[in-house]
Amino acid sequence: MKSLRRYVDRIKPNFQEGGKYEKLQSTFEAFEAFLFVPNKTSQIGTHIHDAIDMKRTMAIVVFALLPATLFGIYNIGYQHFVSLNEIYTVGFWQIFWFGFIEFLPLVVVSYVVGLTIEFASAQIRGHKVNEGYLVTGMLIPLIMPVDVPLWMLAVAIAFAVILGKEIFGGTGMNIFNPALVARAFIFFSYPSQMSGTSVWIADKPDAFSGATPLSNIALGNLSMPDFHDLFFGFIPGSIGETSTFCILIGALILLITGIASFKIMFSVFLGGYFMSLVVNFTNINFYSQIPAYEHLLLGGFAFGAVFMATDPVTASQTNTGKYIYGFLIGLLAILIRVVNPAYPEGMMFAILIMNLFAPLIDHYIVQANINKRLKRQT
Amino acid sequence: MPESKIIKIKKGLNIKLEGEAEKIFIKEPLAETYAVKPTDFRAVVPKLDVQVKEEVLAGTRLFHDKKNPKINFVSPISGRVEAINRGERRRIIEIIIRADKEIRYKQFEKIELENISKTDLINKLLKAGLWPFIQQKPFNLIANPDDKPKVIFVSGFDSSPLAPDYDFILHDEKKSFQKGIDVLTKLASGKIHLGVNARFPLSKLFKQLKGVEIHEFLGPHPSGNVGIQIHHINPINKGEKVWFVNPQDVVTIGRFVEKGVYDASKIIALCGSEILKPRYYKIINGTSIKNIIKDNITQNKLRFITGNVLTGTKIQSKGYLGFYDSQITVIPEGDQYKFMAWVAPGFKKYSNSRTFFSGLIPRKKYKLDANLNGEERSFVVSGQYEKVFPMKIFPVFLLKAILANDIEKMEKLGIYEVCEEDFALCEFVCSSKIKVQSIISKGIDMMLKEMN
Repeated sequence: MKSLRRYVDRIKPNFQEGGKYEKLQSTFEAFEAFLFVPNKTSQIGTHIHDAIDMKRTMAIVVFALLPATLFGIYNIGYQHFVSLNEIYTVGFWQIFWFGFIEFLPLVVVSYVVGLTIEFASAQIRGHKVNEGYLVTGMLIPLIMPVDVPLWMLAVAIAFAVILGKEIFGGTGMNIFNPALVARAFIFFSYPSQMSGTSVWIADKPDAFSGATPLSNIALGNLSMPDFHDLFFGFIPGSIGETSTFCILIGALILLITGIASFKIMFSVFLGGYFMSLVVNFTNINFYSQIPAYEHLLLGGFAFGAVFMATDPVTASQTNTGKYIYGFLIGLLAILIRVVNPAYPEGMMFAILIMNLFAPLIDHYIVQANINKRLKRQT
Repeated sequence: MPESKIIKIKKGLNIKLEGEAEKIFIKEPLAETYAVKPTDFRAVVPKLDVQVKEEVLAGTRLFHDKKNPKINFVSPISGRVEAINRGERRRIIEIIIRADKEIRYKQFEKIELENISKTDLINKLLKAGLWPFIQQKPFNLIANPDDKPKVIFVSGFDSSPLAPDYDFILHDEKKSFQKGIDVLTKLASGKIHLGVNARFPLSKLFKQLKGVEIHEFLGPHPSGNVGIQIHHINPINKGEKVWFVNPQDVVTIGRFVEKGVYDASKIIALCGSEILKPRYYKIINGTSIKNIIKDNITQNKLRFITGNVLTGTKIQSKGYLGFYDSQITVIPEGDQYKFMAWVAPGFKKYSNSRTFFSGLIPRKKYKLDANLNGEERSFVVSGQYEKVFPMKIFPVFLLKAILANDIEKMEKLGIYEVCEEDFALCEFVCSSKIKVQSIISKGIDMMLKEMN
């Protein structure tokens, strides 16, 4: 590693002010810090620091996304071959390879577009490049239908990163979860391409339905896949969202490492389950008759609960607030899904709405603390 | 003594570091030079009373506070003023005294506590330079002798990493400690609150102490911080003042009453992973650390700290002990690049998060250096500070109010109850590497400016 370090030190002056490539300073520093944790020591304040940093934090989230990603890749191939009625004739690796080839361009577009904007805005502002996009860049392809056209994806990402994040001041300052902003953008901008039955399975024959379980019901096919398929994720849907099982493995990683908030995750499921039980008593439509636990396996509910609602920047910041925030997300997600079946994407809306209200929740909790202090004074 | 209720501190963190001082006393011969550093006192504007080359006794006034001229700062040692070092804008940073072979004390009148009035007592303490030992919350200032404190507080233990054990240090100082407490009782016109560590049985010294109300605290650092203890017993409201004194400074005050001299000898722990033989040293306050660390440190590039690793001040290898400090810590500087350290499994890394494998197989003790282990970012992760911050205050909201220069909000969120040291663990665990203590300092400076 010493020779690599020497090489980096040698080329470094080119990227600093006055150097040949000074416009790439932020980019260079980002890559340098990626390779080497800097030699900077503390000059003021605590002399020792915890080993964790933002890179480690984000890397753990990406790691936790791996099971859902790998399964998502497999499921792309699986759904494709099922639609062709060839699933019994192909082997595991063939299925996986097909999925991989379909998935790879999405990830590449996501990181290239997103990181380019991140690097550029870091350079303009003279900031360091924040690691937040490492996670966002992985989340975005996972919540997309597999057949999303790449240009649409690119536009959505540009929108999400610039208007969803950078104009607020970058990672840590944004109000809405950037990944969900991308999803919402695509959902509203290209509704004809993005809903219905055409996008969920790659290269499927036209005759095959290919609807997600929830949109299937909206189409009038009042049937549900069996529990096994739902739980393990052998259903059409956004790439990373289908397998509740794999998402729960990710959840376990996040909770053991303490990166994601248990308070939020738990209360989202609780809120969702509670609302599902409530709608079970009504008879609005077929959605309200789905057993409560199955609601939690559908429509990206688990994925949203584990990876989206727990985004610390856009969630509630106070410990009590996290319970309220999570519970309301779960509640709203099911409510939107049942009451307005045109939006099976209830989870996405629920989280975005609660992103908006998280500061308000915190405001009241902080205010309670302030009032207590004032009361003590008199 | 009546049994007291144990106050449990649940949040916090004990960082177990290598190099704890062994319980062996070493009586250190006098150092060549000593220093008094005006920078050890917040908001004090020093006005010099001595010149270079002037002879001083232990107890001779070196400077006083321009804003409150009654507060004197005296020499801990007899000798000759060797240098007055100034920093930016000619600000005085240290007054260095070359010590005599033997200490000569300036003799003050002895004090008979039974007969002296409170005003006279205060004046005597002020004159002899003992007043700076009496500090106030909010904001860790030197107490204003004209104020009436709500209570006076002494924390009888230090919970910070590698902290000296006061039971051990105070063992032979029973008489002086009691005398010091008597002085404080007179100042407080009431009982003195003493915070003790409930993890260990009450020391004989504390048990026999008169005129104190004992509060037992159980839990990790920062349970020993006087600010945390006050918060749990009698939180500070706007306009209120609480005075506090460090245990060893109580002894110094006591000795003054007994002998009528400014005897600033104290015991410090020399500790840290880079000290070959970590021990306790009996020294005079303000000593140069040069001789103490001689032949007792490793060959690595080192960081010398007066105080502990969380709140202490970086000094040179020939630097001086801080006025209120009771330990010198030496750790590796750690200014090396670390290849891909953020993906490494990290069996030897220490983290309060569970993101490294060291979380699965914890070591008994860790060797930490001064590397930041990452780059500074904006606030991203939430809930991190709350795990190590045992106060009913929202740390991040308070910090953001300070960053926004919103004084009203700072007051509402509890700026009067906190000081830098209470946030030290927040800064340690921060994955965004935010300089939390500096932000608090900024907030306190803002408040002081506003109040004047």
